[in-house]
Amino acid sequence: MSFLTISHLEKAFGSNLVVKDFNLEVAKGEFISLLGPSGCGKTTVLRMVAGFETPTSGSITIGGQEVTGLKANARNIGMMFQAYALFPNLTVADNVAFGLKVKGVPRAERESRVSEMLNLIGLAEMAGRFPFQLSGGQQQRVALARALAPSPRVLLLDEPLSALDAKVRVSLRNEIREIQQRLGITTIFVTHDQEEAMSISDRIVVMNAGIADQVGSPFEIYNRPTTRFVANFVGTLNTFAVKVEDSAAGKVRLGGALLTLPPGLSAGMGAEMAIALRPEALRLGREPGYETVIKGWIEEVHFMGSIIRLRARVAGELVVMDTFNRADQPPPVPGTEVEISLSGKDAIILNG
Amino acid sequence: MTRFFAWFALIFGCLYFLLPLVGMTEFSLKMRRGEYSFDAYRRVFEDQRFWDTFGYSLALSAATIVVGVLLVVPTAYWVRLKLPQARPFVEFVTLLPLVIPAIVLVFGYIRLYNTSSVLPLTGSAFGTDFLLTMGYTTLALPYMYRSVDTGLRTIDVATLTEAAQSLGAGWITILARIILPNVMVAVLSGAFLTLAIVLGEFTMAALLNRPAFGPFMQLLGANRAYEPPALAVIAFAITWGCMGLMQLVTRLSKHERAKA
Amino acid sequence: MAKDTVRRARRRLPLEWLGILPFAIFAVLFLILPTMRIVIGAFQTADGSFTFQNMLDLNTPSIVNAYWTSIKLSLITAGLGCAIGFAMAAAVVFGGLPKGVRSPLLTFSGVASNFAGVPLAFAFIATLGPAGLITIWLRTEFGINLRGMGFNLLSFWGLVITYLFFQIPLMILIIIPALDGLKREWREAAAVLGATGAQYWRMVALPILFPSLLGTFALLFANAFGAVATAFALTGPQLNIVPIKLFAQIRGDVLGNPNLGFALAFGMIVITVIANTIYIVLRVRSERWLK
Ligand SMILES: Nc1ncnc2c1ncn2[C@@H]1O[C@H](COP(=O)(O)OP(=O)(O)OP(=O)(O)O)[C@@H](O)[C@H]1O
Ligand SMILES: [Mg+2]
Repeated sequence: MSFLTISHLEKAFGSNLVVKDFNLEVAKGEFISLLGPSGCGKTTVLRMVAGFETPTSGSITIGGQEVTGLKANARNIGMMFQAYALFPNLTVADNVAFGLKVKGVPRAERESRVSEMLNLIGLAEMAGRFPFQLSGGQQQRVALARALAPSPRVLLLDEPLSALDAKVRVSLRNEIREIQQRLGITTIFVTHDQEEAMSISDRIVVMNAGIADQVGSPFEIYNRPTTRFVANFVGTLNTFAVKVEDSAAGKVRLGGALLTLPPGLSAGMGAEMAIALRPEALRLGREPGYETVIKGWIEEVHFMGSIIRLRARVAGELVVMDTFNRADQPPPVPGTEVEISLSGKDAIILNG
Repeated sequence: MTRFFAWFALIFGCLYFLLPLVGMTEFSLKMRRGEYSFDAYRRVFEDQRFWDTFGYSLALSAATIVVGVLLVVPTAYWVRLKLPQARPFVEFVTLLPLVIPAIVLVFGYIRLYNTSSVLPLTGSAFGTDFLLTMGYTTLALPYMYRSVDTGLRTIDVATLTEAAQSLGAGWITILARIILPNVMVAVLSGAFLTLAIVLGEFTMAALLNRPAFGPFMQLLGANRAYEPPALAVIAFAITWGCMGLMQLVTRLSKHERAKA
Repeated sequence: MAKDTVRRARRRLPLEWLGILPFAIFAVLFLILPTMRIVIGAFQTADGSFTFQNMLDLNTPSIVNAYWTSIKLSLITAGLGCAIGFAMAAAVVFGGLPKGVRSPLLTFSGVASNFAGVPLAFAFIATLGPAGLITIWLRTEFGINLRGMGFNLLSFWGLVITYLFFQIPLMILIIIPALDGLKREWREAAAVLGATGAQYWRMVALPILFPSLLGTFALLFANAFGAVATAFALTGPQLNIVPIKLFAQIRGDVLGNPNLGFALAFGMIVITVIANTIYIVLRVRSERWLK
């Protein structure tokens, strides 16, 4: 049963159609990320849910209530912005209390709710400070507490971590996820950072030019992208040109080897097409259980700790492959010839 | 609803501001009975005192600008470079003219520098002109200082200075050849504002008894009917010109920055 | 070694202060000493001995009335200037007006805020004076006699209307950047938390703008309080406000006591200093949340 339903949502700025036939059903307590390149309309979707933009057409319902025509201040939604959205003239406690105050919640109740929220984000001792006295990460945590204090039905987050430095970003995103799960609040999170989206979402919506290209769990999005755009946008891909040998059995020819692809091949017999393999699907050396082995020349080696990213030239193309670090086995040096194992079952079929 | 209020506020404001301008223009053209003419303007321009006083005020504006620049640029530069601890004092002084009315200040001048004092500036025409220039400099000080100081903030004073010193430049050279050109836009916009303020200034010139443009306008206003609005139109045009030049300078410099 | 550094530091300190010596001399000669001269003169008799008599002598109906009128004039023009200027600036920044309005308004405000003094008085005489454009238009088209209705340009309210011509634009020039500084996120955050537009303004926007509003009010107050030229050109020496009275006193000792002139000027300083002290105190208190 979906709690937040967005159906056939469209938004045009003048003649520029920014969001096109956007459909989404979010279950209660679900954490959904909108992922996509800059300018694809993520913020616009979020702002329509919040009530800051009026949709050109389509509808939004929350908990069975149609909110499309409702003003932002009547929707009971929590929202967290990219940065600098705390009221600079109010203390941390007053910021968190703002939503309760405008609702007319009595003082005593307000205060206990505020301290509950500040404890939740671990900033109880900062209650009397002003926003400028907080670090960026602390400010965003207060913004989260402020959004949650009035117990909103839905929490919207528009790239709340993008102004923070990398370390804080990771710890705060985990904290957000933990709080979200603890409160069971339905959440839409906008980001253009795929790692961020994949690590904390129940489901991801990959958007491209105003369209929801694919909706699915991080695992599905990464391993079974349904469009070339999603495949390219999420993670790194190595593409190989192949020729279809038997379309019903999913057999294609790559150089001298015959690969068996996962189901879903639509191209006809004899067609030239492309398949893609993730860096971790390519194995260095001759590995048992792999369908074929191809030759390559190492061009670059990037040691990144637990994994080593290699770039190798295979039949004129540069491919990227990841291997785990092993203390007993130093990585190959650039210029060496290597063997690379791969299998058709790991391939992503790029249909058009 | 908001938009209705917005339009109302804007139109109301425009009416209030445009009517006096229309009024003065219309009135200035009415000198000849029954038809519009430029007679009032001709009268003004035929009046030798108009040219004399205008020239006098122009000269004094120039002097004020020069003194202001010589006073403000080195001081603001020095405060940024070497004496940040003097900033409160300097800023306090530059804001004083906004607090102490000009009429009070000139009263003080008259009593302090009269013929029987140690420094009898008001005793000679030149001395009085000097005093008036200093008075005008105080009037322009808040604007000039703020403008130049903002201009200095956008350049790296310390690095420029060190670079120039390493090439063997002295203080005068640094100020004139490095700092001044870099804050030229700020100086020029301060200068045009000073021009607009000084050209029509009345109180100080009248009380020091100097033949400036402001007192001339006032005198004409007390005795004539049609020339004053013509003068008002001229003064408005001059103010507009000064402000226009100020914007032009700022805009041109922005273009140049964008190109660079 | 340590002693050496101390000595050098001591020697260098005055040298560096020499850099602002010309400025300091200028400030002393043309700002501080003249002001001191007034302050001292206000407490001296004609032969230079100390007295409070001048202060007491200020307490005549005419002088008290002049101060009162001046303060009223400054408060009213500053208040109206702030209110109307704020409304116009808000209309341009938030009112959904076409973008093309903004830049001409700013340019015009720059011009109008400097179009003060004698020519401004002429413009209003030509418009609202006895033979002015509006006066005559109302009379001939509608049979409305402004004069008969008690309106007189050469009066207190005439002066208010005239002063607003430079007060409003000054407010617009200062407040538009402040309004631009209000972040869209603040308004949206308030809205999404359930606040109405009015609640947002009362609890967030106005407190944030308060220091700028206050500063502008103080500036407009001083601006009107010290203005001589406009009032003098408009009404001649007759209107009973302090700057005009002081002007007449400096020119011709109309009070018949030069030291009473000092006292009059001293009173002006006291009032502007009080106004600015109030301003600074309020500003410090309202800016606790600023860096
Ligand atoms: N108020 C507006 N008026 C006109 N066009 C707009 C407006 N707001 C957004 N757009 C346009 O709509 C498109 C989508 O913008 P949106 O802000 O939703 O993108 P986004 O996916 O959030 O991008 P980013 O990752 O950069 O934040 C952009 O091309 C943008 O230029
Ligand atoms: Mg965005």
